[in-house]
Amino acid sequence: MMKQQKYFVSGNEAVALGVQRSRTQVVTAYPITPQTVAMERLSEMVADGELRTEFMLVESEHSALSAAMGASAMGTRTFTATSSQGLLYMAECLHYASGGRWPIVMMNANRSVALPWSIFGDQRDSLSLLDSGWIQVYVEDAQEAFDMIIQAFAIAEDEQVLTPVMVNLDGFTLTHTYEPVFVPTQEAVDAFLPPYQAPVKMDLDRPLNMAFSSTPPNNMEFKYQQHQAMEAARPVIAQVEQAFHAHFGRAYGGLIDAYRCDDAERILVTVGTVTGTARQAVDQLREQGQKVGLLKIRFMRPFPHEEVARALRHARAVGVLDRDISFGYEGTVFTNVNSALIGNKVVPPALNFIAGLGGRDIGVEDIEKMFERLAAAMDGKAAKRVEFIHLGVATDE
Amino acid sequence: MRRPPVREYPRPNHIRDYPCGPHFQAGYIVDKAAGWRLERPVIDVRQCINCLRCYLACPEGAIARQANKVEVDLEFCKGCGICVHECPKDLIHMTAEGT
Amino acid sequence: MIEVRWLGRGGQGGFTASRLLGVAAVLFENKYAQAFPSFGPERRGAPVLGFTRIDDQKITLRSEIKQGDYLVVMDENLWSPRLWDDLKPNGLMLLNTSRPERFPDAAGDRRLVTIDALQIARETIGKPIVNTAMLGALVAVSGIISLEAAVQGVQKEMKPALAKGNVAAVTRAYERLSR
Repeated sequence: MMKQQKYFVSGNEAVALGVQRSRTQVVTAYPITPQTVAMERLSEMVADGELRTEFMLVESEHSALSAAMGASAMGTRTFTATSSQGLLYMAECLHYASGGRWPIVMMNANRSVALPWSIFGDQRDSLSLLDSGWIQVYVEDAQEAFDMIIQAFAIAEDEQVLTPVMVNLDGFTLTHTYEPVFVPTQEAVDAFLPPYQAPVKMDLDRPLNMAFSSTPPNNMEFKYQQHQAMEAARPVIAQVEQAFHAHFGRAYGGLIDAYRCDDAERILVTVGTVTGTARQAVDQLREQGQKVGLLKIRFMRPFPHEEVARALRHARAVGVLDRDISFGYEGTVFTNVNSALIGNKVVPPALNFIAGLGGRDIGVEDIEKMFERLAAAMDGKAAKRVEFIHLGVATDE
Repeated sequence: MRRPPVREYPRPNHIRDYPCGPHFQAGYIVDKAAGWRLERPVIDVRQCINCLRCYLACPEGAIARQANKVEVDLEFCKGCGICVHECPKDLIHMTAEGT
Repeated sequence: MIEVRWLGRGGQGGFTASRLLGVAAVLFENKYAQAFPSFGPERRGAPVLGFTRIDDQKITLRSEIKQGDYLVVMDENLWSPRLWDDLKPNGLMLLNTSRPERFPDAAGDRRLVTIDALQIARETIGKPIVNTAMLGALVAVSGIISLEAAVQGVQKEMKPALAKGNVAAVTRAYERLSR
């Protein structure tokens, strides 16, 4: 294994390093808190000659992704980044990019959505866009952020996949937190990630009609292909991780990461950085002899329904922590997990915990409270299906 | 005229026959438009000043530039008559097909 | 795990100090660390917080540090008796002041140590920026990392001209409190 240099950097800086090591050829940039630092570092790398890339400053997020599509259509490795309102502003382009099968990699700094205006973290922005045809991965720490930027290019550019990848980092709790990150040499990353060879691209010698319209006799076939590509991504994600592990010694479990689930009676499902806090809570409760486990969902698309069903098949109560809510129903992660669970012979009671909206802190004590609720549900006691955790005031409920 | 040739469109039978995304070889003409026409434009080429307005205005690109005159490609002319309307010298007129 | 809260004003370098402590621990003592600012917009002069976590194993916890093992107060005007609540039991508060007699030594099992970091900063850096002096003081009273690591952290993160005075500030504050 090649030696890797240890850095002490924020999540944003880890992403910038990942983009650099991936030899990204075009970066389209429009700043938005809490993503800004990632773009600042990239522009500094370009200015200092550490990154040879076409760094395009654009006038909006809609333009950032539009320009990225143009660059990707030229067959170049392309990156952009956004957050919250910016992601929503480019929503139209998200569908366009996935329909165009352009393997763009985009960082999204998960942040709440106005109104009320908020720059703080939750996951309502990206979870509201699960249907836009992008592969969505959620990372837990800065090392995973760095590693997944590199893996995202390998996944997106695979000929069976050719689908853009959104790498989600929780705003502030990850984007602005400094921690150790091991960074392999450029040569080592080059050996893992060869240059992008676009199977289809703009080329004067072989002119193409790109991004045409399609009528009812053909449109559905293109959508079927997109679905097939997303399904094909499942084994590709596993292969890419296997190769990454062989090169760099790190692995994350593929679509999911089950932590202490084997004999767990109560399992909490998490997405993103809160997983780290939940690991600590699970360790503490395990020390008290409680059979609790944790299931981190890494990819929300393609959704790991089989893996989730398998990991939860012996649980006697399942909780899903959502940093989002679809008003009038429940958290989106909960909906997806329940849909996966109904295939199991025995479906345990499942509770939805809405937490961490708009940057509300989620502490170990909050996670412990969720496991208490699961203990009651496991014993057949009535429990609220959807509960807001850690509201600051009393309610009439 | 540099118009690409008309080619038969191979109808896809399997999903593999579709391109990856809505991108396909450019200049792929699968049909002629001549059948749409009830009248065809006729240009008085002797008096034509070669201003190229008809060439620019033709929505089908069916008017070709020649050395000092223009020429209608009747395989693709739909007979819309826009060229008649645009000609500043009134040197184009429509004639019924079959005459 | 050791948790530190840094309380200062925007522009005083409190977050930089929290990060320098992390750099020193991670890169020069082979420990694990996390450093993060109080999230959100920052204004020069407004009270702001920085946080550092240090441990011998990987840190997964990501919640706020509500109570620290150490609380570093970089401006005596920010001191209030309420700050004792920001410390864990047996925690230690480190306060920058030239007038220690105006502050209590302890509240129950929580102790207060003072240092005139402003004077040290003026002597070493030539500017009233106290963050590196407070870093040196914290290293002295806590022993979380070695003085050598703290100095290397400053040298790693700052340009040579800037690092010189700051290394002197770290060292002088360290010596004053470890005597």
